[in-house]
Amino acid sequence: MLGRPFFWIIAVTIAVFAAAPLGGNVELRESLLLAAVYITLASNLNLMLGYAGYVNFGSIVFFGLGGYFCVYFMGSLGWGLAPALAVSGVAVSLAALVFGLGILRLRGVHFALATIGVNEAVQAFVTNFEPWGGSTGIYLSPELFQPLGGPAQALWIIYYLLVAIMGASLYLSYFVKRSKFGLGLLSIGQNEDAAAVLGVPTPRYKALAYSASAFLPAIAGGLYFFKGAFVQPADAFDLTLSTEAIVITMLGGQGTIVGPALGAYLYEELRGWLLTSETFANFQLVVAGVLLLLIVQFAPDGLMGFFYRRWPRLRRIFE
Amino acid sequence: MTEPLLRVEALEAGYGEVQVLWGISLAASRGQLTTIVGANGVGKTTTLRAIAGSLRPWSGRVHFKGEDVTRLAPHDKAARGLVLVPEGRQLFNTMTVEENLQMGAYTRRAARGYSARLEHVYSLFHRLKERRFQRAGTLSGGEQQMLAIARGLMADPELVIIDELSLGLAPIVVHELFAKLESLSREGLTILLVEQNVHLAFSLSDYAYVIAEGRLFTEGRPAALESQPEIRRAYLGL
Amino acid sequence: MSALLEIECLGKSFDGLQAVSGLTFAVGEGEILGLIGPNGAGKSTVFNLVNGVFAPDAGRVAFRGDNITGAAPYRVARLGLARTHQIVQPFAGMSVLDNCTVGACFGRENLPLARAREAAREAAALVGLEKRLDAPALELTIAGKKRLELARALAARPALLMLDEVLAGLNPTEVAHMIEILRTIRGRGVSILMIEHLMQAIMSLSDRVVVLNSGKKLSEGVPAQVANDPAVIEAYLGDPGMVQRRPQ
Repeated sequence: MLGRPFFWIIAVTIAVFAAAPLGGNVELRESLLLAAVYITLASNLNLMLGYAGYVNFGSIVFFGLGGYFCVYFMGSLGWGLAPALAVSGVAVSLAALVFGLGILRLRGVHFALATIGVNEAVQAFVTNFEPWGGSTGIYLSPELFQPLGGPAQALWIIYYLLVAIMGASLYLSYFVKRSKFGLGLLSIGQNEDAAAVLGVPTPRYKALAYSASAFLPAIAGGLYFFKGAFVQPADAFDLTLSTEAIVITMLGGQGTIVGPALGAYLYEELRGWLLTSETFANFQLVVAGVLLLLIVQFAPDGLMGFFYRRWPRLRRIFE
Repeated sequence: MTEPLLRVEALEAGYGEVQVLWGISLAASRGQLTTIVGANGVGKTTTLRAIAGSLRPWSGRVHFKGEDVTRLAPHDKAARGLVLVPEGRQLFNTMTVEENLQMGAYTRRAARGYSARLEHVYSLFHRLKERRFQRAGTLSGGEQQMLAIARGLMADPELVIIDELSLGLAPIVVHELFAKLESLSREGLTILLVEQNVHLAFSLSDYAYVIAEGRLFTEGRPAALESQPEIRRAYLGL
Repeated sequence: MSALLEIECLGKSFDGLQAVSGLTFAVGEGEILGLIGPNGAGKSTVFNLVNGVFAPDAGRVAFRGDNITGAAPYRVARLGLARTHQIVQPFAGMSVLDNCTVGACFGRENLPLARAREAAREAAALVGLEKRLDAPALELTIAGKKRLELARALAARPALLMLDEVLAGLNPTEVAHMIEILRTIRGRGVSILMIEHLMQAIMSLSDRVVVLNSGKKLSEGVPAQVANDPAVIEAYLGDPGMVQRRPQ
């Protein structure tokens, strides 16, 4: 494990994220924070998409629900940040298991549509759920930042926690891929029926992957919405983010660990350029959609797939 | 010795990566009824399809009337008088009997003498004449097989290749069909036939080929072959 | 010889068509049982019913004494019953070694990853793929893919191996080679139930043969017996009575 280069590549990446904004560069920190969120979402999505071959279009539901739980625990129940995050993570994972019971029987396009259905259903529920503020959402009082040393410092703490979550996501992808569980998931992605015939317990593994892919995004959601001190259904369950997560994963290379990270970086650059460009400022999502179409048609392995084919030696270093 | 009407040399073919024929050689002599027999899955249909051109042979040669026609498409072979009546009939189900027969005479070769040939075919297959305006999909199994053969005849063939004549048909219908084939053969038509029922095939044909596992197992006049316990070995391995 | 696999009165219909009915036979420990019959006789359906791809409408399947009727495929695999497919199903994007490792990880012994890799290597070596462990499965020839399918099933160290037309599409040299491999496998104590169209091969390999026709058992016994059974001969060669009954 420690001998493998990639383990250290991940460590270095985390270190870079940690070190870069030191010195107080708030603008860089915010940019990196967004990147960290994207990488977290994409890496965890990869467990279902890249490994098991199940496209989760509605993965944002984990992020949004995590945000709601955390904001609710802190705002209405007065919990501290750490317990709120931890319980949110667990609660959303359990919710994922329940959703999974309903939809993991489905395959291919039906599963993908069903994940959107889950997101929409949850959004509809939350919009009408008074204890969570209904369609208005929940506002957090700025006092909640006091235990963390005030708003400015809180933002730094939140940043480093998010970097930690991003690192955990990368390491999770890595360890799963090298485990027996990961091998089972990959075989499901290749040929689910043949995998079952060989003894892979497909229902259990899919449920585990789906639930596991919810945990870290839920915590990331908790942090993200706590930072904004505000959560509302339209933001929490916006399919844009999960669609972008899919684009990022596919662009970088599904099934690889570097893929989501690379894709996130490139996508954020593209997005930044689009937002500042006059023509494209409003077409961001259209561009994402077109990009996805092109990738699926012409380069389903993404960038890493291309690099691996061109330079097979890279496989030994990267994952 | 005159060149046989159809001569096949060392034919190899398969589907995708899977090879089915491992070098089949056979011949059909003019005016004779030749059959190919063998167990399921040994390559009988594959052989006919490779000869007719609906399947591209991987190697080997098909000679028809002395000409190398190996790589020709099925419609080009039909234009030369080599016609396939495929397995499962493959009729145009929504078209009438007469329209199916018209489609059989699609080539220029067949267009000549169309009316006379249509009359001849109807005289051979009364039931088709009775049902000439009926949709092909509504015919009985035996009538559909008759139509498939009749449609093949409309192309004015010198050689008709028939794949699995008796499949799914009642014995009495099979007998009727075989009687028609016998009279066609007596009229001078050359027939190459794949048949499931070995005994029936031997009782009808002038010459027979036995295929096993994609290879020619044995060949000869039926009378000579029938006595061999070998035939059983071709089918059952023992 | 105790029965490893017992099938009793198995029945299944699809859309009103009876694919298998009233089927009863058993596979003993250490034997090679051949399952033969004309096309469409229901042989692959029997495999699917045994290993849980479909649940039967009637009847019972027991493996090593446990009732596995209608059990899910992965549970059946865990009990020690492995199966190959007529149309090979490799994990195309994975290497030969990884393919076999999946088999070793999730089979009867439920090995951890490292030991599973070892078992995978052994299984690959048994079929002659030891030099191609890192090759992606999709680069293998059809013969290679068939051997991979076999190695993957073997890596699980099953008690019973069900082979569906493992010899189809192979040239004579490859067939002979594969037959040797199967004999070696049996020598190691694995029982084999095989569907095969290559009659000479299966009649020489099998200890006993079961003949299926239109979903029903037509005959059962040692190959020589079965090959001489008039009912079997008629099923394959056709009804000789058809000729006598021809109107002249």
